[in-house]
Amino acid sequence: MKRAHLYILAGLLTALALAFFFYKVIVFGFPLKPETRTDIWRVEVQLQFEADGGPVKASLFLPQRTGALMVLDQSFVSAGYGLTTEPQPGVGTRAIYSVREAKGLQSLYYRAVVQSARLPEDPSRDPRPSVETPALADPQLAAARTVVGAVQRQSADAATFAALLVKRLKEARSGDEADFLLGYQPSNSRLVNVAVQLLQLAGIPARAVNGIALAPERRNAQFHRWIEYHAGGRWRTLHVRNVVEQPGQVFLPWWRGTSPVAEVSGGKNLRHTIGTSRSYEYAMRAAVAQQRELEKRFVEFSLFGLPLQAQSLFRTILVIPVGILLLVALRNIVGVKTFGTFMPVLIALSFRATGVLWGVVFLSIVVGLGLAVRFYLEQLKLLLVPRLAAIVIVVILLLATLTVISHHLGFDRGLSIGLFPIVILTMTIERMTLVWEERGAAEAFQQAAGSIFVGALCYLLMNVRVVEHLAFVFPELLLIVLAATLLLGRYTGYRLTELRRFKVLAR
Amino acid sequence: MMNAFDIARRLRAAGVLGLNGRNAEYTLPYNRRDCYPLVDDKALTKQLAMSAGVAVPELYGVIEIHRQMRELPALIAQHWDFVVKPARGSQGDGIVVVTGRTGSLFRVADGTFLDEEEMTFHVSNILSGIYSLGGQTDKALIEYRVIFDPVFEAITYRGVPDVRIIVFLGVPVMAMVRLPTRVSGGKANLHQGALGTGIDMATGRTLTAVWGTSIVEEHPDTGNPVAGVTIPRWDVLLELGARSYELTGLGYQGIDIVLDRDKGPLILELNARPGLAIQMANREGLRLRLEQVERYHTGLKTIAERVAFAKERFAARPAPLQ
Repeated sequence: MKRAHLYILAGLLTALALAFFFYKVIVFGFPLKPETRTDIWRVEVQLQFEADGGPVKASLFLPQRTGALMVLDQSFVSAGYGLTTEPQPGVGTRAIYSVREAKGLQSLYYRAVVQSARLPEDPSRDPRPSVETPALADPQLAAARTVVGAVQRQSADAATFAALLVKRLKEARSGDEADFLLGYQPSNSRLVNVAVQLLQLAGIPARAVNGIALAPERRNAQFHRWIEYHAGGRWRTLHVRNVVEQPGQVFLPWWRGTSPVAEVSGGKNLRHTIGTSRSYEYAMRAAVAQQRELEKRFVEFSLFGLPLQAQSLFRTILVIPVGILLLVALRNIVGVKTFGTFMPVLIALSFRATGVLWGVVFLSIVVGLGLAVRFYLEQLKLLLVPRLAAIVIVVILLLATLTVISHHLGFDRGLSIGLFPIVILTMTIERMTLVWEERGAAEAFQQAAGSIFVGALCYLLMNVRVVEHLAFVFPELLLIVLAATLLLGRYTGYRLTELRRFKVLAR
Repeated sequence: MMNAFDIARRLRAAGVLGLNGRNAEYTLPYNRRDCYPLVDDKALTKQLAMSAGVAVPELYGVIEIHRQMRELPALIAQHWDFVVKPARGSQGDGIVVVTGRTGSLFRVADGTFLDEEEMTFHVSNILSGIYSLGGQTDKALIEYRVIFDPVFEAITYRGVPDVRIIVFLGVPVMAMVRLPTRVSGGKANLHQGALGTGIDMATGRTLTAVWGTSIVEEHPDTGNPVAGVTIPRWDVLLELGARSYELTGLGYQGIDIVLDRDKGPLILELNARPGLAIQMANREGLRLRLEQVERYHTGLKTIAERVAFAKERFAARPAPLQ
């Protein structure tokens, strides 16, 4: 009776999930595999400021078609604000948000869909621009001339001049002319500005360009500034940062010149955050090609309709059930011993931030040192709650210390370890000492190893790109995971470890 | 070398119960959630047993809150030997058996000594819930230390051996003696290294034993054979087991009984999720016996009938030819 009920429920859930799944695949054409090369990107800017209560005017530069990228679609979300766009020749396009009266925290959003342009810009439409003479004060001008002269003697054409100039500026020694022009500890932006001035001084048309590097999932992207100079009839790009992070990295130019990306009058504490993601959004085809009303609405009400930051959060959350299913199978069918019920999944989540190898190392170090402290505290005979509190404090200090050390050793991965649930670590240490005292070190290590082993397996499964893709694009598949979990709830067979345990009875 | 499927098939044929099977088919359907507190809290179990006239070790006192800790020295000063245990402890964790004094020190069953400060710390840990299921705050019981019947003397290394009986719907189905060893530190828990010896339900005579996952014939510390010891007053033990069903209302439970030299069988505690190693101690699966009880229990009205059923049906089979 109960079994029939369970099978029907599991069957219904699976059927429902498959129905949705196939409808989305066949009718809407949602992709089954994460695309290996995607050239559609979504960029989202959030502008926040505190309005003073009077009229407010906020301006934001918009990305523009340049070179290899084109803005396919853009949208503005700004409740109650009037919106105009204002082209500024030679700089870019600005969006002006305005409102008569606003008070308190204001959030304005701008979203753009960017695609690789199939046809590159026609260079012949771009006549050689005039060179502006940079406005430099006398001492700077003299220093600039010296630098330009020195570099010019070593260079053959505009391209080598630009490259050598940047090299010269980066190698500025304290006290020389380049250092004088750059000032104390120059930022990249400052370096670009000086380089542009020097290029102009040498008669090469040049400008500073601001933009972002497009990355698959980035919640807090930063604006970079780089150089464009005109040579051979077209604009060329020169990045100042010698770290070009990955080959094939795509940069989206945003605006030119040195003004800030956003400005506000009538408000204060202006902040902006930029998120980028590789877009799996099917709405692209729907919006651009077919314009079918139902599909558009469907996409809007799915996870794709969420802001980017929420989307990348859900990418993580939606794979948790897959990890949990694995955990249930490992505990109830294999019979692995772990601390607590869901701790291995939490460990797996923290591995996502650190990578599995480094995560295991870090976890072992923190728990090991924590155990040492716990055994020391044992001698002081402290009561339970203060002792736990003491261990929490020690764990936090350990995390801070290890993070600082790993940063200085050049492992920046350690920085994300702070996401490790501190309280979970503490309870692990406490549980482990108790098991240690009551059942011996062997049992304690067995459970610890079991937890880390299951955590690592969950991590590996949750990190498979296809799994992540399917869970996010087809969340209804999680109903199948639910059905499988329910069925496992009535699994009454032996656990694998029990086969070994009861082996003597198998006569 | 048998493969995993082969082993699983043979175990199933022998009626061996696994953890999943025990939980899904016996403890979940037969043990009502609201009955669990009766056995999870040993103070409650004790009250219940005493009001039903069932013999239990005498309770010297209960420490429920930290303020009562001041009464602890006076309470234990009256007794030369005693046992301190958490009311909600599981699997024997947190139990300290004091066998006597040496000067101002307490002599503990495992051969170590505790001073008064360490004893107070231990009790305060119990109250904080260190040993309790789920970590809730707990009570500490201080009770009579059982002077065990010399019947098991030859096959015990320190500590108190006890008899575990699995009782299903009021019918005792399987039993074993749990014998402390040097490894178990005087504790009668199999997972801590104690020896489990099967018992012939008809006669109360011991069979071979399980130690860890292997079958042994002799006690590892004393070297004496474990089989062939007859438990005195076996019928009383079976009756205690059968009565525990009415006591708690739990369909599937384990009952732990100690044999005191002077006071006879005493119920130590009841367990709503008894372990499965008893099957290895008896070299027999539980499921076949449980299925018989499921089939016939409606016809078994009185305690005497249930005991008689157990003695008749669950007598030890002659040892299989090797």
